[in-house]
Amino acid sequence: MPIMLDDFLMRALLAGLAVALATGPLGCFVVWRRMAYFGDATAHAAILGVALALGFQISIFAGTMVVALMMAMTVSVLAGRGWAMDTTLGVLAHSALAFGLVAVSFLPSVRVDLSAYLFGDILAVSRADLAVICAGSGVVLALLFWRWSGLLTATLNEDLAHASGINPGRERLVLTLALAVVVAVALKIVGALLIAALLIIPAAAARNFARGPESMAVMAVVLGGLSVWGGLQLSLAQDTPSGPSIVVVAAVIFLLSTLAGSVLARYGRS
Amino acid sequence: MRWLQRRARVSLMSTLGLGVSYGGRQVLFDINFQIDRGEIVTVVGPNGSGKTTFLRALLGVVPPSRGRVQRAKGLRVGYVPQNLHIDPGLPLPVSRFLSLPRRQTAAAIADVLARVGVPDVAHQGMTTLSGGQFQRVLLARALLGKPDILMLDEPTAGLDQPGVASFYRLIDEVRRDMGCAVLSISHDLHVVMSASDRVICINGHVCCEGAPHVVRAAPEYRALFGLGTGGALALYQHSHDHDHDHEHAHPHTHDHTHPHTHAHEKDHADHAG
Repeated sequence: MPIMLDDFLMRALLAGLAVALATGPLGCFVVWRRMAYFGDATAHAAILGVALALGFQISIFAGTMVVALMMAMTVSVLAGRGWAMDTTLGVLAHSALAFGLVAVSFLPSVRVDLSAYLFGDILAVSRADLAVICAGSGVVLALLFWRWSGLLTATLNEDLAHASGINPGRERLVLTLALAVVVAVALKIVGALLIAALLIIPAAAARNFARGPESMAVMAVVLGGLSVWGGLQLSLAQDTPSGPSIVVVAAVIFLLSTLAGSVLARYGRS
Repeated sequence: MRWLQRRARVSLMSTLGLGVSYGGRQVLFDINFQIDRGEIVTVVGPNGSGKTTFLRALLGVVPPSRGRVQRAKGLRVGYVPQNLHIDPGLPLPVSRFLSLPRRQTAAAIADVLARVGVPDVAHQGMTTLSGGQFQRVLLARALLGKPDILMLDEPTAGLDQPGVASFYRLIDEVRRDMGCAVLSISHDLHVVMSASDRVICINGHVCCEGAPHVVRAAPEYRALFGLGTGGALALYQHSHDHDHDHEHAHPHTHDHTHPHTHAHEKDHADHAG
């Protein structure tokens, strides 16, 4: 195992698969709850987190997680107060990104390769990175597994959840937390700009075949893992940026699954 | 004597001086309410009268801005929402829906689906059901929790008339089987009248309450819902008959206790009959 981890390709693949394990089920909730833009805002805030982490010389992982969490909480609170979410998220998502980019430019002493944070740098995953990514994904997976039934009920209808003794606000908080952790661990893999894509596209592709919420989550993990593997190959072969390559493969998988899904629907049981 | 027995029962849910505000606007005022084990109570009110808010306050979804809501300890609530939008991105077979939030055995699912008259839908997707089937599945889910009280928010909205009638018949049967109380909301008094022990007419506050025929005849109810063609005559008779009518039917805030109200209803029944 330790010898295997010496290979940067193996580390990259393991890191990507670990992230896919968390983004699969979480991405399903993002799709079911229509939180796509919410995911974007949280992910874009990560760049601000990177700037702050570099400025205060703390770990990038901690910096992005804290800022992502703050952004997610802000959005949650504003949504609860009845703000127009489309506009609010549009303002917050892009402002966070812009502030982050400007803040990074104020750090002259550090040579910052911004593109690594915007588009990911999966081939540069170190052993320490890999450990953090696996731990973060494990936490998210455990959190979702533990709260699964309550999360699903609250996603369906908040009043229904209330009547069953489930507090929908608490379930929302669980998802918010999970999203912040995923943003922090996925930053290295696909970059801030494309984290939301890694959440949504495999889940959307899985929808074409899934018969229940659980099978959709499992399929999203499988398709996300395939995208990581394929993207890595593409990135190596063509020297393309790793994050966009992974998303490109995910998009192709989505297209194929949608075509296959509509063929199945026409000629057989859907 | 009956009211003495009633009083001895523990009420499942009650409110005392309940007021609810939404975004700075008060939508419910000073509502005193109670529902006992096995009772059927219907809340009627026009659109925007706060009846759904009232139900949500009883469920604990919206906090009271005034007064309080009390629920019996360990109360099991079976809630049937007005409508349930299921995102097309969520594949959800009926059997999985019935297992939310607690896993149910296949046998329990088959039983309850047969009970509500849709035995064959267990493996269908929720979004493929017809309106009537969908309502029955919602009811089935509520029943699986072995509720002390069923709370239904306009459960028949979107059903045609025979559908409404058979749905209410079903609720009545279920209630007799399980002995649960039923609190339902309706904007149409006529379709629920026969089954209800009590009707409460709400328009921000409690306008009037009592047995169905009493509320139907009350001027406050008529003012809210308008009169049918023959309504004027009935109203005339009504006000002529009952001098003490205002006892329960003017838009005051009820500070009588529950048994009191019943005593008045009885009076009415006697006079009317």
